[in-house]
Amino acid sequence: MTAGVNSAILASVDASEKRQSHLLLFPAIAVVSLAIAPFLWLGALSFVADGQISLEHYARMLANPSYITTFVTTLQMSAVVTAFVVLLGFPAAYAISLLPHRLATAALTLVAIPFWTSLLVRTYAWMVLLQRNGLINTWAIELGLVERPMRLANSFLGTSIGMIHIMLPLFIFTLYGTVKAIDRTLLRAAANLGASPIRTFMTVFLPLSLPGVVTGAMLTFIICLGFYVTPQLLGGGNVTTIPMRVQQNILIYSDWGAASALGVVLIVIVALVMLTLRAVVGKRG
Amino acid sequence: MRVSPILIALAIATAGSTANGAELLVATGGGIIAHAEREALFSPAEKELGIKIKETTIDGLQDVRVQVQSNSVTWDISQMSLEECMMASKEGLLEKIDTSIVSTEGFDKNVVTEYCIPAYYYSTVIASASNLKQAKSWADFFDAENFPGDRSIYNSPRYNLEAALLADGVPADKLYPLDLDRAFRKLEALKPHITVWWQSGAQSAQLLKDGEVDYIGMWNGRAAAAIKDGAKATFTFNQAILSADCFVILKGAPNKELAQKALAIFFAPGPQAHLPLYVDYGPANAKAFSVAGVLSDADKARVNTSPENKKTQVVQSEAWWGEHGQEAVERWENFRQR
Repeated sequence: MTAGVNSAILASVDASEKRQSHLLLFPAIAVVSLAIAPFLWLGALSFVADGQISLEHYARMLANPSYITTFVTTLQMSAVVTAFVVLLGFPAAYAISLLPHRLATAALTLVAIPFWTSLLVRTYAWMVLLQRNGLINTWAIELGLVERPMRLANSFLGTSIGMIHIMLPLFIFTLYGTVKAIDRTLLRAAANLGASPIRTFMTVFLPLSLPGVVTGAMLTFIICLGFYVTPQLLGGGNVTTIPMRVQQNILIYSDWGAASALGVVLIVIVALVMLTLRAVVGKRG
Repeated sequence: MRVSPILIALAIATAGSTANGAELLVATGGGIIAHAEREALFSPAEKELGIKIKETTIDGLQDVRVQVQSNSVTWDISQMSLEECMMASKEGLLEKIDTSIVSTEGFDKNVVTEYCIPAYYYSTVIASASNLKQAKSWADFFDAENFPGDRSIYNSPRYNLEAALLADGVPADKLYPLDLDRAFRKLEALKPHITVWWQSGAQSAQLLKDGEVDYIGMWNGRAAAAIKDGAKATFTFNQAILSADCFVILKGAPNKELAQKALAIFFAPGPQAHLPLYVDYGPANAKAFSVAGVLSDADKARVNTSPENKKTQVVQSEAWWGEHGQEAVERWENFRQR
C-alpha cells in the first residue's frame, strides 16, 4: 500500500519535473521564433518583388556597378582594419601578459576605458583630431611638416583610423586570454635547448597563440563588415559600406526585400571567407 | 528622437484638462522646427478648437507604414517631406484632405495634391567661406578654376541634378524633365573638388562651422543657424532650390474630422505668418506675407519664401522626382562610387 502511495507521489513529481523541463526549451524556442525565423523571412523576401517571386533585387546589384564597389570597399575596409588591429594588438596583448598581476590589471583597465566609451563619442573625437582645421593638421602646419592641410578626415584613411581604434580593445581582450594561458615553461624549455629568443617566439609562442589571433581577427573582421556610424561620419561620403546601402535601399524602394538582398549576398561572402580561412588555418594546425 | 517618461507622464496628467477632452496626436520632425510649429500653429489651433494637441516625432515613413499596415493608427497628423508624401499616397497610407474644410488658397497649385499640402519650404542655398570669393550662382559653385576650394554637396541626386543643370546654363523654367546625362557630365567635372558628401543637415552645418570646406550647397535654415553660431560664411538665395515639408492625415486616424479642422488652421495665413518668427523656413501659404503686423521688412528679407526671395529661386518638381527618383539615386551611386 505504502509503496503504491509513494509511487503515485513519485509519478507526480516525475511528471511535474518533465513539465518543468519543457520550460527549459523556452530559450531555444525564443531564439528560433525571435531571431532565426525573422531572419529567414527577411532572406525569403529578397526573392520577392511586387508580390511575385523574382530575382529583381539581385539583378539590380549586377546592373549597377556601384553595388560591386560597395562590396569591395566594405571588404577592403574590414581587411585593412583587421590587419592593423592584429599588428597593433598582438604586441600589446603579449606585453600585458608579461606584466605582474597588478600592472596587468591596470593595463587592461586602460584598454577597457575606450571600449566602454560610446562609439559615437569616439568617432566625433577623431573628427576633431583629423579634420582640415583639426588638431593634427594645425600642429603639422605650425611645425612646418606640411604646407597645406592633409586629407585625413572624410576619407578611407580617416575611417580606418577610427575603426582601428574602436576594434583594438576587443581584439586585445580576446587574444589576452589565449596568450595568458600559454605555459611559460615551454618557452624556458626552448631556451634551455639553445633556441634564440626570436626562434623561441617564432616556433613556440607564435604557434600557440595563433588560435587566439584567428578568433580575434575573425571577430574583428565580421564586426567591421557591419559598421555604419563611423564610415558615415569619418568617411564624409567617400566611403560607402553595405549597411549604408541597406538603409538607402529601404528609403528609396520602401521594400524590405531590396535591402535584405544585400544582406543575403553579404552573408554568403562572409561564409565563403570564413570557410576559406578555416581551411587554410586548419591545414597549418 | 525618444520622448522622455516625464513628458509622457505630463501629457497623461494634462490630457483630461481640456474642455471637451478631445485630443490630436501630431508627429513632427522634432527640434527647432517642432518648436516653431508648436508656437505658430499648434497653440492657436488648440485655442480655437478647444482641444489638446499632443506631439510625437517621426523618424521616417516606416513609422507611418507600420501603424497603417498593422491597423493600429495612433497618430492623427504627421509631418513628412514632400518625397515621403508622394510615396505614402501611392502606398495608400493617407486620408484625403477635405478642401471644403481646408482652404488651399495662397498655395502653389503645382505642389498641392489631394493627400498633402506643404507646411513650409526650405531652400538649398550656396554658402561660401567668408575669406574667399563668394559664389553667387551654381555656375560659380561649379567653376573650380576661378573659385578654388573644397566643395561639399548633399549625398543625393536631389537638388544636385538641378544645380548642375543650372550651372550648365539651362534656364530655370526649362529644367524639367531633367537631362540626366548632361547633369552627370557637369557633376563629373566637379567631382575631384568635392571632399565631403554630406548626409544630414546637422553635418552640413558642422562642415560650415568648422571650416572643413570652402563652398557648400546646404539648407538655408542650417546655413543661417551655423552663421549665427559663429561660422565664418555667407549664403545667397540666388538660384536656391525650394522644396517642402507637408502635413498629412494618416489613413484610419482616430480623429480624422478633427484633424481636418486642425489642418485648416495650420495652413491659414495667420498661423503661417508666425512660423518664420521662430525658424528660418518660410510659410508655404503666400498669403501669409500680406497678414498685417506680423512680419517686419527685416523678417521678409530673411525668409526664403518671401515674394522678394522666391523670385530668384527654383521650385523642385516633385512630380519628376516621384517618377524618376529611384533611377536617379542608382545613377548617382554609380557616379559617386567610381
